Amino acid sequence: MAFRNYILVCGGTACESSRSQQIFDNLKLEAEKQGVADEVQIVQTGCFGFCEQGPIVKILPEDSFYVKVAPEDAHELIAEHIIKGREVKRLLYDKEKAAKHAQVEDIKFYQKQFRIVLRNCGFIDPENINEYIARDGYAALEKALFEMTPEDIIEQLKIAGLRGRGGAGFPTWMKWNFSKNVESDIKYVVCNADEGDPGAYMDRSTLEGDPHSVLEAMTICGKAIGAHQGFIYIRAEYPLAIHRLEVAMAQSKELGLLGKDILGSGFDFDIEIRLGAGAFVCGEETALLQSIMGHRGMPVPRPPFPAVKGLWEKPTVINNVETWANIPVIIHKGGEWFSKIGDEDSHGTKVFALTGKICNSGLVEVPMGTTLREIVYDIGGGIAHGKKFKAVQTGGPSGGVITSENLDTPIDFGSLVKIGSMMGSGGMIVMDEDDCMVDVAKFYLNFTVDESCGKCMPCRIGGKTMLGILEKITDGKGTMKDLDTLTEIANTMRKASLCALGQTSPNPVMSTMKFFRDEYIAHIVDKKCPAGKCKKLISYVIDPAKCKGCTACARKCPVSCISGSLKQPHTIDQTKCIKCGTCIQTCKFGAISIQ
Amino acid sequence: MSEREELKFSDSLMAFINEWKEKPGNLIMVLHKVQGEVGYISREAAEKVSQLLDIPLAKVWGVVTFYHFFKLTKPGEHNIAVCLGTACYLKGGDKVVEAINKELGIDVGQVTEDGKFSLEAVRCVGCCGLAPVMTISGEVFGKLTKEAVPGILAKFA
Repeated sequence: MAFRNYILVCGGTACESSRSQQIFDNLKLEAEKQGVADEVQIVQTGCFGFCEQGPIVKILPEDSFYVKVAPEDAHELIAEHIIKGREVKRLLYDKEKAAKHAQVEDIKFYQKQFRIVLRNCGFIDPENINEYIARDGYAALEKALFEMTPEDIIEQLKIAGLRGRGGAGFPTWMKWNFSKNVESDIKYVVCNADEGDPGAYMDRSTLEGDPHSVLEAMTICGKAIGAHQGFIYIRAEYPLAIHRLEVAMAQSKELGLLGKDILGSGFDFDIEIRLGAGAFVCGEETALLQSIMGHRGMPVPRPPFPAVKGLWEKPTVINNVETWANIPVIIHKGGEWFSKIGDEDSHGTKVFALTGKICNSGLVEVPMGTTLREIVYDIGGGIAHGKKFKAVQTGGPSGGVITSENLDTPIDFGSLVKIGSMMGSGGMIVMDEDDCMVDVAKFYLNFTVDESCGKCMPCRIGGKTMLGILEKITDGKGTMKDLDTLTEIANTMRKASLCALGQTSPNPVMSTMKFFRDEYIAHIVDKKCPAGKCKKLISYVIDPAKCKGCTACARKCPVSCISGSLKQPHTIDQTKCIKCGTCIQTCKFGAISIQ
Repeated sequence: MSEREELKFSDSLMAFINEWKEKPGNLIMVLHKVQGEVGYISREAAEKVSQLLDIPLAKVWGVVTFYHFFKLTKPGEHNIAVCLGTACYLKGGDKVVEAINKELGIDVGQVTEDGKFSLEAVRCVGCCGLAPVMTISGEVFGKLTKEAVPGILAKFA
């Protein structure tokens, strides 16, 4: 049955937490009530990516893009848009040009994006396999099973030039080839969905919006390397993604696309879900395998690499969610098609979770080689609240900061390493003038110290010692020699740690020290925090010229450290002040400032 | 020891454990299920899992304490999880913790005296667009300010 209109409601986690489920229910109810239930199809999709404007509702075929929709708007959307054919202007993204330009293509946020990984997110109902199939889903699997040899499959990945999207950027075809060439009766395929980088949610959105793409890709890999069992290792903190994967697996089994004798080809492949339990180190592949096997997630030395000796000592291919999601498209359209996207260094696209002090936070997929400036200003709409851009952090706790002078660097694996950061898994956090770089470095190091598994000494002790020095600096007790000590420890950690967590955890410190050395010096020599973030180094001061003596701040101060008589300028006792900031918020005359 | 009341697992939990018993690498999956039912992994629960799966208690306890997700103490009726991932941290997640602390008098890792609320800090709940974010009993609250905290807590009191 053909429908007159399709209503797509975002069912990603961010929109769901803004009541998108209720919007969906209300739309269904209203369509029923107003007698158009047979004419419109209402679908709950995965993430549209434009989280800043959520919850999002899109109506086809007009392609009207409604933002910040509330459950109460359902009546009007059905009555006006569906029945009378008039767009509900107040909910459109671009209200000014609403008459002509309501289409998605016209929204700046989407203009520079190119979607391969997120091709289906926001378009299909992830809980309905037929919608995936209608958009060429499982065509690649069919091709791989019936028209291609394992060598052909790997050759296409080689031509495509696909590199792992989890952070390290290792060529995917090589991993597969290693496993294929090992003689073994049992081999495994693993999907790393243990997205632990704080501030990144690309993998979550991909799994929530398009779970079949990962299942299809893993099955193709099974055929290529000769494996019959796959595992998806996913964070337990992602219940919606887990649910959608379970639904997808059940549906694909029912249609014979997973399980025994897939599509009558005689090839068997099954997938099992294994839950992570909140250990960042399990994103490291050897630790992840330990965790699947039910142990503490502690890395083991490589080589042997998992591709040769992995799960239960058997050859195991591990790829990250985003890498998997690329594979069906590469097999379907050919490696050459993919190799033409991106720049010379890196092919294809990269998904970033653009967050922090940016106007349009959300999920962004761009061709490799796009510059940071394009992402921050064209797609992201610049810095929020008219503040000044300071830095972008990529690569999370393993990465570094990128400053304004490098904003025109093309984003690819090589260029980011050259400027002292890394691609990482895709977190991209924008910082403004209010963010203290020493504090940011401390934040990340705190994270890695907490997440260090404790197995090897450089990481366990080095990280803790570096953190202690940073705390000393932000407390105003640092010396210039501390900077040398930090560098020395960092170098040891980089060289001697067992796994990538320890090797890369000094990066945020080293990178901020390189680009914002003056801030470190301000903390150490001047005993000041220029961004006004480090509590021990700031003081709240009342300007006697502006103070009217209204006593409002003195009454609100939780530790009663403000004194002065009525209509006389007040003063703050710095020895008692806990720097909670209550006074500055209370003062109506702007008389209190941070120094 | 003999006087301690024996911990009972529900039939469905026992069925799950039996189903997974022979599968290699089952321990973490079983612990998830146990925590789902009991709310945390008590010493008694760990002992029982050790017996049922025939895995040494030391190993079970080693795994439980390694992973942040497994809790060793009973959480409050409503568990508050404040996100302190990077985006939330930059946008003032720590101020949200302070506001809760002021309102309920509990710090991260503590439970209120009446057992109503517990507070934990988590890393990224995956909706950075809504930063700063917290969840209470699974319900997500985004774009928080410290002023909004008392009102939200009142809904659960």
